[in-house]
Amino acid sequence: IFKKSAPERQYGVHGDLHPQTTIIAVEFNGGIVIGSDSRVSAGEAIVNRVMDKLSPLHEKIYCALSGSAADAQAIADVVNYELDLHCVEMGELPLVVAAANRVRKISYKYKEEMMANLIVAGWDRKKGGQVYGTLGGMLIQQLFVIGGSGSTYIYGYVDSAYKPGMTREECRQFVTNALALAMNRDGSSGGVAYLVTIDEKSTEEKVILGNDLPKFYDE
Amino acid sequence: MATLSVCQVPSSGFSFENCRRNALLEAEFVKQGHKLPVAKKTGTTIVGVVFKKNGIVLGADTRATEGMVVADKNCSKIHYISPNIYCCGAGTAADTEMTTQLISSNLELHSLATGRLPQVATANRMLKQMLFRYQGYIGAALVLGGVDCTGAHLYSIYPHGSSDKLPYVTMGSGSLAAMAVFEDRYKPNMKEKEAKQLVRDAIAAGIFNDLGSGSNIDVCVITKNKLDYICPYDIANKKGVRTARPPGRPFKRSGSYKYKRNTTGVLTETVTPLELEVVEESVQTMDTS
Repeated sequence: IFKKSAPERQYGVHGDLHPQTTIIAVEFNGGIVIGSDSRVSAGEAIVNRVMDKLSPLHEKIYCALSGSAADAQAIADVVNYELDLHCVEMGELPLVVAAANRVRKISYKYKEEMMANLIVAGWDRKKGGQVYGTLGGMLIQQLFVIGGSGSTYIYGYVDSAYKPGMTREECRQFVTNALALAMNRDGSSGGVAYLVTIDEKSTEEKVILGNDLPKFYDE
Repeated sequence: MATLSVCQVPSSGFSFENCRRNALLEAEFVKQGHKLPVAKKTGTTIVGVVFKKNGIVLGADTRATEGMVVADKNCSKIHYISPNIYCCGAGTAADTEMTTQLISSNLELHSLATGRLPQVATANRMLKQMLFRYQGYIGAALVLGGVDCTGAHLYSIYPHGSSDKLPYVTMGSGSLAAMAVFEDRYKPNMKEKEAKQLVRDAIAAGIFNDLGSGSNIDVCVITKNKLDYICPYDIANKKGVRTARPPGRPFKRSGSYKYKRNTTGVLTETVTPLELEVVEESVQTMDTS
């Protein structure tokens, strides 16, 4: 649902907005990879074709945004602020569950008013790489989570191609393939692919341009 | 009989129940064949572009519309935020004006307290948080640009409170026409002159291809140590003068609707003399009795 919602009177009611994006987060041996497409649409128009939907919540925790752009950004901004404060109070890096729970809490409290579905993923010292989905205010930890309109096209792919205990490079290839497949089939996903890889040592952001994405049988 | 009253703590945040009620009332009203008055909207083309990594050019047209009527032919859509930040507004004219004024005021207090020029990111945060609070009922679509201690930044902010950070942005009803120009001709690290020309052409595309946009082109150039606020930067459709009234003199209907000579170029000129013959001539005396 990555739509820039315009005033309701102009584009119909708030509930008209549907998932318009592809986001994915996957756990690998010692870390996580989180990825998204880059398309933002309002009605017929693409208002931003290179939007980075991976928003940092903290140094080693990121979230992928889907839903109404305004709602998703508002949640990410609030949680980012709260975690900064939490980090100062605790004197150490926050846990990924702490971040995911904050997102979940807001999603649940405002589930009637807001349209946002965020995926939270990151690395912490206690439990290593973790991936959480916060669908409708329920927190679920999984080995991989996909979301947005494009995700429906790739459930088959991720279920068959995922294997536990991938290496960093294998995992990145898996995420890239999944995104490329979704972007090819889903009209409201597309553009470039953004990836963030987080493990104990580093947080690495990467952009894969449209012409560098893997090709499949899609003619 | 004693009454029991329980004081309830009002829940935080705004209540939008009247908005929902008004929408229902309006629907009923319209069903009966009536029409509610509408706010003045600036069917607009506004754009912004970053050049040479430390400068910003903002551009806007100058037409304000009320339905199909052009309400203002030369309104200013580039609003002041702070000495180093300006903001173009599209959407409901009153909303863009009041929103930018409020944020400008708050940022002035902020920079007085800190003793520094405000950052563009701060203005962006304040604007998007305010617009989000009002859930899209403040119909302001903004292009925010400025230069601060961290460089030049350009944001577009939507009425529901989401924002994008990009090297070139367009907004308003003419945004598609303007974006076509940017997508074609934008390149990184342009010179100021190039950037100004590109912004002019993008706004001109909006003026000529979008009914909601028109009249003149305003441009605002912000760099680290210079501010150029040029209104109008260019007049897209120059017209003949209707009423030539020198300032201070009373209104006189002496104006001319005529176009200037050579407004339309003459390609060829042929003169064909008509040879006429007098066939009949008669004289009548005038009755002067």
